[in-house]
Amino acid sequence: MELLVASAVGILTAAGIYLILRRRSFPVILGLSLLTYAVNVFLFATGRLVSGAPPILNKYEEVVYTDPLPQALVLTAIVISFGMTAVVVMVALGAYLSSQNDRTNMPAEPEGAGDDE
Amino acid sequence: MSLFLIAALPFLGAVFPALLIRAGRNAAASAAGLTTFLAFTGLMLHIPAIFRGETVFAAVDWLPALGLNAHFFLDGLGFLFAAMILGIGLLIILYARFYLSREDPMGQFYSYLLLFQGAMVGIVLSDNILLLLVFWELTSLSSFLLIGYWKHLPEGRQGARMALTITGSGGLAMIAGMLILGHIAGSYDLSVILQNKEAIQSSDLYLPALILILLGAFTKSAQFPFHFWLPHAMAAPTPVSAYLHSATMVKAGLFLMARLWPVLAGTPEWFYIVATTGLVTMLVGAVIALFKDDLKALLAFSTVSHLGLITMLLGFGTKIAAVAAVFHIINHATFKAALFMTAGIVDHEAGTRDIKRLGGLRHLMPVTFTIGMVAALSMAGIPPLNGFLSKEMMLEEAAHTVWNGSHLIVPVLAGIAALFSAAYSFRFIAHVFLGPKRSDYPGHPHDPTPGMWIGPAFLVVLVVLIGLASAKIAGPMVATAAGAVIGGEKLPYYSLKLWHGLTPALYISIFAVVGGAVLLALHKHLEKIWNALPRPEAKTIFEAAIRGFTLLSRGLTEGLHNGMLTRHATVMVTFTVAISYLAYQSGILSAATRAVQDPGILPVVGWFVLVVATLFIVAKHRNRLLALVLIGAVGLVVSLSFNYLSAPDLALTQISVEVVTIILMLLALNFMPKETPVETPAFIRMRDGALSIIAGLGTGGLIYALMMRDFAFPTISDFHLANSYKGGGGTNVVNVILVDFRGYDTFGEIIVLGIAAVVIFALTEAVLGSKVRAYLLNREPDLPQAGDAHPLMMVVVTRVLMPLVLMVAAYIFFRGHNLPGGGFIAGLIAAIAIIMQYMASGFSWAAERQRFFYHGIIGSGVLIAAATGIGAWFNRKPFLTSDFGYLHWPPLEEFEWATAALFDLGVFLAVVGAVLLALESLSRFAWQPGIGTEHAMDINPARDDAADKTGTEG
Repeated sequence: MELLVASAVGILTAAGIYLILRRRSFPVILGLSLLTYAVNVFLFATGRLVSGAPPILNKYEEVVYTDPLPQALVLTAIVISFGMTAVVVMVALGAYLSSQNDRTNMPAEPEGAGDDE
Repeated sequence: MSLFLIAALPFLGAVFPALLIRAGRNAAASAAGLTTFLAFTGLMLHIPAIFRGETVFAAVDWLPALGLNAHFFLDGLGFLFAAMILGIGLLIILYARFYLSREDPMGQFYSYLLLFQGAMVGIVLSDNILLLLVFWELTSLSSFLLIGYWKHLPEGRQGARMALTITGSGGLAMIAGMLILGHIAGSYDLSVILQNKEAIQSSDLYLPALILILLGAFTKSAQFPFHFWLPHAMAAPTPVSAYLHSATMVKAGLFLMARLWPVLAGTPEWFYIVATTGLVTMLVGAVIALFKDDLKALLAFSTVSHLGLITMLLGFGTKIAAVAAVFHIINHATFKAALFMTAGIVDHEAGTRDIKRLGGLRHLMPVTFTIGMVAALSMAGIPPLNGFLSKEMMLEEAAHTVWNGSHLIVPVLAGIAALFSAAYSFRFIAHVFLGPKRSDYPGHPHDPTPGMWIGPAFLVVLVVLIGLASAKIAGPMVATAAGAVIGGEKLPYYSLKLWHGLTPALYISIFAVVGGAVLLALHKHLEKIWNALPRPEAKTIFEAAIRGFTLLSRGLTEGLHNGMLTRHATVMVTFTVAISYLAYQSGILSAATRAVQDPGILPVVGWFVLVVATLFIVAKHRNRLLALVLIGAVGLVVSLSFNYLSAPDLALTQISVEVVTIILMLLALNFMPKETPVETPAFIRMRDGALSIIAGLGTGGLIYALMMRDFAFPTISDFHLANSYKGGGGTNVVNVILVDFRGYDTFGEIIVLGIAAVVIFALTEAVLGSKVRAYLLNREPDLPQAGDAHPLMMVVVTRVLMPLVLMVAAYIFFRGHNLPGGGFIAGLIAAIAIIMQYMASGFSWAAERQRFFYHGIIGSGVLIAAATGIGAWFNRKPFLTSDFGYLHWPPLEEFEWATAALFDLGVFLAVVGAVLLALESLSRFAWQPGIGTEHAMDINPARDDAADKTGTEG
């Protein structure tokens, strides 16, 4: 089980980084999404893997619970990463529509700077 | 008055001049004057205690864990400086009221001045050295505002920048030095540090700390070779120069050296660094001052020279020299402030401060002449004025000082400096006021209104009184302040009087005065020689150095980050991999303590789906739509595995976030190219691939190693598990952590989420406000459109589902405290319910039925959460402390109420508002006139078919 999770984190990380190194904005966004999964699962796994022991307290008997703290951290991380993805998508879209070009790299010369009007 | 109030008053008062300037310039000046007067009076109330030799304390612990506390203390030295800062401050406020012209924004001036004054008072009253550093940097910043006050003058801006660069970087060095000092002494409180002389001087870190602290002091006090910023700061209005360069800013460095004198002084290192720097500065400043034609430049270099004098005295390291230093600090403040104000009056009335264009003013400005003459004679060291007394003490000390085995070098150089000092003081009198009256002054010289000359006149009276009756008037002050400098030990014998007999100092003094007169007589010839000599111009060197640094940092920055995201990301990933490898190499990996769990068949299937999808995304990422679908698959597997691994809350959150994220990306992709072209050469892709694989291996390996070991330290999770029900009233520990234990984090998070949504809204507005709008309106879709924009089945299903989904959201919300769910998940579900309406029935249809602005929903969510948190205050509990209880209303079962639910409602609203605002903003890109329809789901057969067509076609 541990090996599956660790290898999944590794593969997601590698794929995410590879896509982030591309030169168009859309693959970079995809890469960020993959990296987000990787980071979230990584954080989650720091609480160690336990199945069938959710941190919902049982009032009637003593049972084992998994570590709730990483879960709370990851929950907020998931929601925040949505906010981040949304902003990045918006920036990418705005940049593409304004310049008709979805390269992530700024041109060496600011071509046509100030031709907004 | 509490020391806190004395230090805070100028800062509080800084608000008023800026506000009151609308009520007139007198109101602004009075407000500034009144604040300063109050602080000054408060300070004076401490006189009895100070002169009894006591120390006044005021302490509040601020960040005790970091050693940063608001500790203030007032002893003789602090009192002397605070009195000078506030007292001369008052005179300057009066003077500036009449000096500044109608066009100058006076409110701003007084606000800056009070800010600066507060920072200075803070420096001299701080007990904690970290606090002192904060005030120290504040003086650099506020003096920048003051020096650059005349923003329209390029000299003003350059001078301000130069002063900030030099004093600011010196301040940075000092921070390091102070931290080392605090580290050696084991405390950041001056009162403790000053008791630890042996520990500090025997430490290996003594020399680095000394050099770093002195860098700060020397830059601030304009010591050679950092002296050049001071003359350039003369571009400031004269009241600023008079204030900064007589009693305050430049004296801060001296204050610090005097403050730390008990622990730093007395070593050969201290003597050779400080005394030598002071001696050189004194000499260089005096020589240059003689050849300056600008009145203020002359005074600036004379200030540099006198600062050197005091530094040298402190550097001697003997107690009697410290007494002389304190005495000269007082004397220099009095005559130099008067001289600067005199120069300002001359400039103001005669229209120029070029000595070559002045002369003969004694007939036209008798009052100014008297003031200026007395002050300048004191600066020259003529008895019976106060400058003579301290100069004698300095020469006496210099005569006894042996420098590297030589008995002559210090007295001779000090004598030469005194000679030049007398010469430029005489020149100030002779070339400005004496001589024949001229007919070509740019202005009409006459004595100014009393408002301008009262300040300097008061100081000049002090100059005379201290000279005539020094033991009575200045004696107690010198004794208490000097006592504080030498660290409370017994003061050596000294006497403040005019006649000490025929001492070597007297001979040097006579030589200096006579020589000064001779130099003045020869000034014309000397000036020719001086002008013919090659001299390094400090400003050019400074600017060349700045250019060099700019080039260097630009080269470095552009090499690493030239604006290309790929370059930046590559550098960052490579660097991270490198330091991770270093950490792995240098660390120890203990043996695994946990056993590998046997996966069932389900996890293996999930893993397989995830890996295949991820690999396909990488291989097929050029087909953007396909990649997006596959991302959805990955997200699904991730949320399923959360569920499998005992995290139902995470699974619910992940899957609902997944839905909105994919919709969001689809919306964006609609306008973007659907294919990614091949651009990079194969070897770059190979390189990126190799880098990614290494990073992936590292991350995977790290988490694997972590999972195979038990916690190295006891975790705080057990606390949460144990207290979730008892303390938070909920059985869903994750939810209780979010809304209760870590409620502050969640509160911050919903604010961030709201900000992100508002940013998206603002960007949409900005983009749609540009020429992009025209492009969007005329845009032809690049993919074939669906035949029916609003399919009947979808419309029906989404509308029927809407109340059901909202009910599910409500259910998830309410059970969240005890079972998986809560505000985040419920918010996402409710948002999805509404997004479905947008998708099925169209943007216009949904927008028409929107009752509340999403901004308002976000805002109300944040406000509800904040109000819940503040509610705890009324129970005298800290922010966001929750409360809960149980109610039993027959025939209902017993149920729980908790304030955390109200907080969770805030979270819910913020999430709904943020998600909808983000998606709605993106949808507005697609809006085109005519695509809206009144009847998105037109199932009324009675309606005319043709009329409806217009709606669905667009």
